[in-house]
Amino acid sequence: MTPRNGNGTNIEVLLVEDSPGDVRLTKESFRDANPSVNLHVAIDGVAAMTFLKREGLNANAPRPDLILLDLNLPRMDGREVLAQIKEDESLRLIPTIILTTSDAEADIVRSYRLQANCYLSKPVELEAFESLVKSINEFWLTMVRLPQQTETQ
Amino acid sequence: MSLIDAEGRPIEVLLVEDSPGDVRLTQEAFRDAQQAIRLHIVNDGVDAMAFLRKEGAHADVPRADLILLDLNLPKLDGREVLALIKEDASLKTIPVVVLTTSGSEVDILKTYRLRANCYLTKPVDLAEFLNVVGSIDDFWLARVKLPQETTK
Repeated sequence: MTPRNGNGTNIEVLLVEDSPGDVRLTKESFRDANPSVNLHVAIDGVAAMTFLKREGLNANAPRPDLILLDLNLPRMDGREVLAQIKEDESLRLIPTIILTTSDAEADIVRSYRLQANCYLSKPVELEAFESLVKSINEFWLTMVRLPQQTETQ
Repeated sequence: MSLIDAEGRPIEVLLVEDSPGDVRLTQEAFRDAQQAIRLHIVNDGVDAMAFLRKEGAHADVPRADLILLDLNLPKLDGREVLALIKEDASLKTIPVVVLTTSGSEVDILKTYRLRANCYLTKPVDLAEFLNVVGSIDDFWLARVKLPQETTK
């Protein structure tokens, strides 16, 4: 099966995650699973929004093809980040995957209500974590057709 | 691994598809699913909305946990079905996987704009078709936490 996304260029993924350990693991898992993934990391909600809106030092940031979003974040909560993404006429088209340790029903339902594209809970076990990242790569970056937006839109 | 359902209840999947061949193939592919699922089938957009709203002959159907939606449908188009689902306060949390033959960028963008949870194209090749359905099983049914709404 040939990857159906991108045009031979890199796939830009924004990871919004404050835990250095989880950032490290996600990076390593993507490096193994798909070398064409460019993983960008924002360590809090404010940093995520400035990246997405290309503010300040992020003026040349690429538009992500996919966002992986933790819920519990410093400065601006992941739920607020999700709400802002999905209220933005342009950003709302970027598939946003919730990746969090919470598996509270209230968080799950609320995230779907805020239009998360899907909700995954982070396993605590190392191999399960790697396997989950691999499954995100296989499904979202291989099977799914992601929206290709031109910059003017 | 079943992340989804602690109660052991099967996952209710609604397939909205008018092509009998594709219905048959999807059924066969899900027969080998790793998860306990129940596949419900409706063949047009009007029937899809009746199922989701539990109207008429669908009064006693369960709430769908996941919807697989074709775009080109008789009576009520899949795009319209998607819009109605995502405008409905109760139905909007149900993940909708669009599964269609159209690979046009316009359809893809429009479908994400209407808040589809993801967009998959139906391959014409049999093995690839089974592979796509298998990926829904592997990802949406085995990995994803689906919302459990307690109200109906």
